[in-house]
Amino acid sequence: MAEFRMPSLGADMDNGRVVEWRIKPGDIVHRGDIVVEVETDKGTFEVESPIDGAVSAIAVQQGTKVPVGTVLATLGEPTAAEPRASPAARQLAAQSNIALATVRGTGPGGVITIQDVQRAAAAATPTKIAVAAEPAELEAAVDARAAMRRAIAAAVTRSKREIPHYYLSTDVDLSRAAEWITSQNVRRPVTERLLPSALLIKAVASALTRYRDLNGFWVDGAFRPGIGIHVGMAISLRGGGLIAPAIHDADRLTVDQMMLALRDVVARARGGRLRGAEMTDATITVTSLGDQGVTTVIGVIYPPQVAIVGLGKISERAWAADGKVSARLTVTATLAADHRVTNGHYGGLFLAEVDRLLQSPETL
Amino acid sequence: MTATSRVETIVTAPPAPEPSRIRLSYREAMRQALRDALRTDPRVFLMGEDVGRYGGCYAVSKGLLEEFGPERIRDTPLSESAFVGAGIGAALGGMRPIVEIMTVNFSLLALDQIVNSAATMLHMSGGQFAVPLVIRMTTGAGRQLAAQHSHSLEGWYAHIPGIKVLAPATVEDARGMLAPALADPDPVIIFEHASLYALEADVPPSVEPVSIDRAAVRRSGKDVTLIAYGGTVGKALEAATQLATLGVNAEVLDLRVLRPLDSETILTSVRRTRRAVIIDEGWRSGSLSAEVSARIMEGAFYELDAPVGRVCSAEVPMPYARHLEQAALPQVATIVQSVRALIGE
Repeated sequence: MAEFRMPSLGADMDNGRVVEWRIKPGDIVHRGDIVVEVETDKGTFEVESPIDGAVSAIAVQQGTKVPVGTVLATLGEPTAAEPRASPAARQLAAQSNIALATVRGTGPGGVITIQDVQRAAAAATPTKIAVAAEPAELEAAVDARAAMRRAIAAAVTRSKREIPHYYLSTDVDLSRAAEWITSQNVRRPVTERLLPSALLIKAVASALTRYRDLNGFWVDGAFRPGIGIHVGMAISLRGGGLIAPAIHDADRLTVDQMMLALRDVVARARGGRLRGAEMTDATITVTSLGDQGVTTVIGVIYPPQVAIVGLGKISERAWAADGKVSARLTVTATLAADHRVTNGHYGGLFLAEVDRLLQSPETL
Repeated sequence: MTATSRVETIVTAPPAPEPSRIRLSYREAMRQALRDALRTDPRVFLMGEDVGRYGGCYAVSKGLLEEFGPERIRDTPLSESAFVGAGIGAALGGMRPIVEIMTVNFSLLALDQIVNSAATMLHMSGGQFAVPLVIRMTTGAGRQLAAQHSHSLEGWYAHIPGIKVLAPATVEDARGMLAPALADPDPVIIFEHASLYALEADVPPSVEPVSIDRAAVRRSGKDVTLIAYGGTVGKALEAATQLATLGVNAEVLDLRVLRPLDSETILTSVRRTRRAVIIDEGWRSGSLSAEVSARIMEGAFYELDAPVGRVCSAEVPMPYARHLEQAALPQVATIVQSVRALIGE
């Protein structure tokens, strides 16, 4: 019997509210299936099952707020076949959140009767009460906006208190990248056109394949490399919120796929439909404030990550090259990195790699 | 017939202090009801094969010819179609005929009159002509009368809109159903199970009309509802007694009215007990038990804790040999066995 617990959807999360269950007792779930929607100070997220199994019981009812780590549901071994149960037994099991797979049948041929479910329900009751009693004190009405602010405050305070940042900055010539994007977009309807950010993030992800020490976490006094390159995209939400859902395996996406992923994740972030794994899996963050006219973004690392890449406004500026000054489309890329993990030299090589990749966009 | 004369004495001497209950057989109860109807309503008359001089083939109408005369206790030729048709005509003409058919097997000869005329007249006449006819007939096996006198075809009649079908299973119902049946403006068929005529019970001395709309719980229980009617009610009660010794508390429901079925009472009971076994002397295929089972499924599916069980007659023409006839019929032992199988013991 495995326990499915309230996940920590980020370092700044203390508790979460079960908004909606997507499973019910008896359901067979597979690893990665969305099982529950959880609301945190940062919004509502869809949380996936970490394992395969059959749902035995739901321990926390919808609408209840519980601390991280609280058992939300129990999962058992998936049974080969649905157990046979009478309609009355099924009805009571559904009403009492009892999984028939976990009930021993005493009827003819082992069929589960209503009495069997009544026994199982009686046995299950104490656990439910224990869990349900907890959240009362947590229920104090919280202004969602203030809560989000507090969560951000906690994260950045921890970051600035614990992480010795170093900062690097590189101006990147985007002429070729822009030409390539234009050539791609000529043939496309408006809805499928590429935006430069897709190319930029893809370049960051590809560069990380060679500079893996920027991709991962500082945990318990040591660097733990990320498994996969999952780029967290910092997204501003209405009302001052900030969120950085992961684009999974960003290095393996084509630019087109990256564009789709970006559109999808931004839309879902604003619609409050992000998944739990997207909140926990990011191995690095990219923050782009170019739309606000910012030329240089010097980021604050989101703990326990070890680096954040900042992207400024893409704009024409006077660019000296080959003995001439010309107007070029450029962007300023910055890196804020954890000095406990890497040195400036390493960070500089990484930014140079991003630059190099953006000079041959067709290979990305 | 000493019991009969005792009843007559009591009924004809009202000022004497009445005992609170009298012992009466099902046959006597039916006779008392007939006499009561003949006395209180001059439009009532009894007609059928051997109902007069012979006193009825099951002796129900014994003594009535002497008391009421040949105008009102009429022997008929052996032609079910003719005398049932005559009964329909009399009903249309303002009389309140009671037609006795010897057995349900023979009633098939009158099926056209009953189904095509009696049951449809009100509809075909645009509501102008009701047929206030009562038909009594014997049904069921158990008396070694073989395959042409022993079948339970009441389920066929329960299929027909336009008629009401009653199955008195107790002495009280045998006596009390006739008056409301006569008062009903439409055709009513009363099925008397042949094995019940000798059944005795203590009942109040005077005829008390009973409901002809509702089923009745004959024994309360919580573990399973045994649904029976007519000749199987007694077997269901006996099975319930045996089941009680096994720790199974069975409720026994007597349908009483086969058409229209009292679904509400059936469902109320089954929703509580969550299990049902229907005991029907009819054959299982296309039977009344099938209809009751379907209604339980429609109305109480989610409350059921076991599939609906049925104990019916073997699907053979009813055998003559006693041991074979008994083997073909629902029995207490098979009811008990069926319940135990449902509960998983």
